[in-house]
Amino acid sequence: MSFASALRCRECKREYPLEPTYVCEFCFGPLEVVYDRDGMREAVSRESIEGGPTSMWRYAALLPCDAEQAVDIQAGFTPLIKADRLGKALGIDDLYLKNDCANPTWSFKDRVVTVAATKAKEFGFETLACASTGNLANSVAAHAASAGLDAIVFIPSDLEQGKIVGSAIYNPTLVAVNGNYDDVNRLCSELAGKYPWAFVNVNMRPYYAEGSKTLGYEVAEQLGWRAPDHCVVPMASGSLYVKIWKGLQEFADLGLIGDVHTRMSGAQALGCSPIVTAFEAGTKNVLPVRPSTIAKSLAIGNPADGFYALGVMEETGGLAVSATDDEIVEGIKLLAQTEGIFAETAGGVVTTGLKKLAAAGGIRKGELVVAFITGAGLKTQEAVMDTLEPPLQVEPNITAFEEALGERRAANVQTANA
Amino acid sequence: MATRKVKLTFLQQLITLPIIYELGKEFNLVTNIRRADVTQEHGWVVLELEGDEEEIERGLDWVAAKGVRVDPVTGDIVEG
Repeated sequence: MSFASALRCRECKREYPLEPTYVCEFCFGPLEVVYDRDGMREAVSRESIEGGPTSMWRYAALLPCDAEQAVDIQAGFTPLIKADRLGKALGIDDLYLKNDCANPTWSFKDRVVTVAATKAKEFGFETLACASTGNLANSVAAHAASAGLDAIVFIPSDLEQGKIVGSAIYNPTLVAVNGNYDDVNRLCSELAGKYPWAFVNVNMRPYYAEGSKTLGYEVAEQLGWRAPDHCVVPMASGSLYVKIWKGLQEFADLGLIGDVHTRMSGAQALGCSPIVTAFEAGTKNVLPVRPSTIAKSLAIGNPADGFYALGVMEETGGLAVSATDDEIVEGIKLLAQTEGIFAETAGGVVTTGLKKLAAAGGIRKGELVVAFITGAGLKTQEAVMDTLEPPLQVEPNITAFEEALGERRAANVQTANA
Repeated sequence: MATRKVKLTFLQQLITLPIIYELGKEFNLVTNIRRADVTQEHGWVVLELEGDEEEIERGLDWVAAKGVRVDPVTGDIVEG
């Protein structure tokens, strides 16, 4: 059973019943789920969680929907990896990577969509919808297919082929919208009000966002029931960043871990960094920007949770850093070549963020640092394709192979010495 | 009659202009402000517009052409 008891406005604190709604009728502030904490505290223990399934549904009692009816394609409980080689390259003593590339559609979006899809079914919706540049679309299409729901997915018309295939394979109604980013956004906000669909990040948003908390829960459990000293998280809307912090705090509140002193740092692509800009200016007023970056999964120009993310940053002593497109590509390669993880552009942003934080003294000696890698690189091959060594082309004999290998190695030595 | 909830964000050079007043007057819209934060550097206003659907569209196009950013109250709908 779920202990969710109401929706509450984050601004004016008015409460609403648990319905498919997302904005306070009084002040138009965002709504979030509140829970019966006492009931939760009695029902949940380390043992009850450890006895649960090896997916994020092991935390079902902390989520806002009924696990018995879950639309579940096994999201979550992804690996937490000790990253000694990357840590050594960056000068970070105790570094871990939370590898959410290992989700069923290869990104952390499966965590939020499994909750949104389950709640949509509970509410009786027959259509799951979203507007997305890739990861969310893939996940919505997959979960809808698994639940037997119709899916309607809106994408910008200039999206890369790989991302289109990653949704189209599940056979949703795929709509490519002609126009710029703002046009797509505006169209979808109007459609969300007009059609009786479960738009996962609009009318399902309060429930959807709760799925992100499980990243915080999992990291704490996988570290042996303790919070990290420092988290480095990619930021788009800022929702994931805030929810990881919320997840750690909830665990402490439930007595599952000790007090949380985690510093929460965030990373954005320079071409879409409104939260970092506000942080650097010392304000919580986030000015919208028009995104221009290869990190399309982070390209949210008007981050809905930016204000709240800056609040968490201030409260925890975290920092905010940005990465140029070139740095993102280098970050993707460094992560792959030290830890064997091929991340999408958001992973390049985080790796660059780690590098910059470490170089500027933003990571303290001995801190246990967890960096969140939220999506897999096969989805954004275009970002790195032209920067990689082509394969050696050889005839099928040893001489040809050894000649080609010798030439390549000599060329690499020359490049290294240049 | 249609309604629309939007967030308008103004940069410094636009703060002193009576844009919301003109939006209501020129396009015959009822403007109902629910939350706002205006400083010397910039400002945002969350409000509801009520009026003819086409006039809301035209009005928001006019506001955007003035250089004001217009967003749905949820922020961006499109996600990665």
